Amino acid sequence: MLTRLTIEELGARFRRGEATPSQAAAAYLERIGALDGRVKAYLTVTRETALGQAAEADARFAAGRPLSPLDGVPVAVKDLLCTRGIRTTCGSRILETFVPPYDATVVARLRAAGAVLLGKLNLDEFAMGSSTEHSAFFPTRNPWDLDRVPGGSSGGSAAAAAADLAAATLGSDTGGSIRQPAAFCGTVGLKPTYGRVSRYGLVAFASSLDQIGPFAKTVADAALVLGVIAGADPRDSTAVDVAVPDYRAALSGGVEGLRVGIPAEYFIEGLDPEVEAAVQAAVAVLRGLGARTEGVSLPHTRYGLPAYYLIAPAEASSNLARYDGVKYGLRAPGGRHLVEMYGRTRAAGFGAEVKRRIMLGAYALSAGYYDAYYGKAQRVRTLVRRDFQQAFERVDVLAAPTTPGVAFRLGEKTDPLQMYLNDILTIPVNLAGLPGVSVPAGFTQAGLPIGLQLIGRPYDEATVLRAAHAYERATTWHQRKPPLP
Amino acid sequence: MSEAKISIEQVEHVARLARLELSAADKERMRRELDAILSYIDTLQALPTEGVEPTSHAVPLTSVMREDEPEPSFPQADMLANAPDPSGESFRVPRIIEE
Repeated sequence: MLTRLTIEELGARFRRGEATPSQAAAAYLERIGALDGRVKAYLTVTRETALGQAAEADARFAAGRPLSPLDGVPVAVKDLLCTRGIRTTCGSRILETFVPPYDATVVARLRAAGAVLLGKLNLDEFAMGSSTEHSAFFPTRNPWDLDRVPGGSSGGSAAAAAADLAAATLGSDTGGSIRQPAAFCGTVGLKPTYGRVSRYGLVAFASSLDQIGPFAKTVADAALVLGVIAGADPRDSTAVDVAVPDYRAALSGGVEGLRVGIPAEYFIEGLDPEVEAAVQAAVAVLRGLGARTEGVSLPHTRYGLPAYYLIAPAEASSNLARYDGVKYGLRAPGGRHLVEMYGRTRAAGFGAEVKRRIMLGAYALSAGYYDAYYGKAQRVRTLVRRDFQQAFERVDVLAAPTTPGVAFRLGEKTDPLQMYLNDILTIPVNLAGLPGVSVPAGFTQAGLPIGLQLIGRPYDEATVLRAAHAYERATTWHQRKPPLP
Repeated sequence: MSEAKISIEQVEHVARLARLELSAADKERMRRELDAILSYIDTLQALPTEGVEPTSHAVPLTSVMREDEPEPSFPQADMLANAPDPSGESFRVPRIIEE
């Protein structure tokens, strides 16, 4: 079955002429047709685009001239990434009919590498959420248990990767939105360093935190995708000009002598005992491979979440000011003057969670509260960042749970604050701008995936991926497939 | 029962700033939810931060300069294609002055 193959295996078949990109695209489209009615990972399936791109890739392989390791590989992207001529909704009614006139840089780079675009994936509206239940259109289901959430906000991207509905996908991570759904869906999800990947064409949520990254069936595949999308971009001044290594080549070498820190504060009260046991077992695996593990302290961990819920909403309230019913998107009828039109359009176009965060952010930035809230949060951010800096003087990577628990049931978390607490172990990494990956690290008795989070120094994705790859090779969790046909 | 963090009047004020029309029921629910979130956020107040520099971006950013070379803009028709109410070469809006 072509849809089960990793990018590396698929590419090898293409090169040997044992399969064509058109056959792979057709296999994925057929699987999407058969299964996505249940998983609901896709908001838009771009069948014609995919078949057209695949035919072009066929010709390149026939001529013996593939463009890259991703040539002919069927991928899909979170619907927060602009795609020229293809509807980009951000999971929101306010952009339900928006068709971007340009490609996000990461989309352009995937195209230039020959990847085949299967479609656009579901998400919490404007990436605000941890369950994909805040999509304005429908919730995505967890492939391991269709009554449970896939996590979020990149829930469609995680579910599609886990259910073999794409060979790899892209998501974005502002407070855990790649790593948390990767953990919930039992797939690999990588958040690169802030500044590693261009965000041109990523619809902005919280600009000092947002970062794009891949979901894949294996760590090696994630490394291949990162290699294609990483690097400076004249269209994004925050995408820094730091050399992009050959991530695939950097995977070899193992973890002998690697110093792995175990942050005490990530083993919090309320951590699911099955998650804790799996992560401790994963640490033992790394030790068995020759890594030197030691306890470290990140004392400001618990202040990360409250600081984040000032910084991210403040930036969101500013970024989302552009949705005003004038240049694009929804306009609500009946506004007698401009300001009334704005208010009605935004009331009709945004969902409850987005409104909550806009309100929270506007409040935190408003006169008289700025210093007490936003200013305070930025100082706390410095303390969180210093914790990591000090830990990385002693160790090379950190190993911790990705999430405090496993996938919960749809509709289970109705209180906003309870939902926010899901990201308590992923948010500090965003505040500090570090690279982090979640890899499959076991299953609960009930059969739900557990994620191991590995965190590294700024721009040191190579070491994070090397440790993750070594762990993956020593375990079989990534080989298990969800109970789908 | 601790004092409310945010009043209905403040919710109305912030909603005006954010250009968000809220119904009466929305306002009360919003007040309750923001109150709970702000109470949680107040755990930050226990942490002393005097003398700590604020972080605006995790990665130090320097101004990135490039040559100022003119490039073609997007075609006007493309830019108007998504507009809810285009008019010729313009975006049409309701009148700006309240009566």
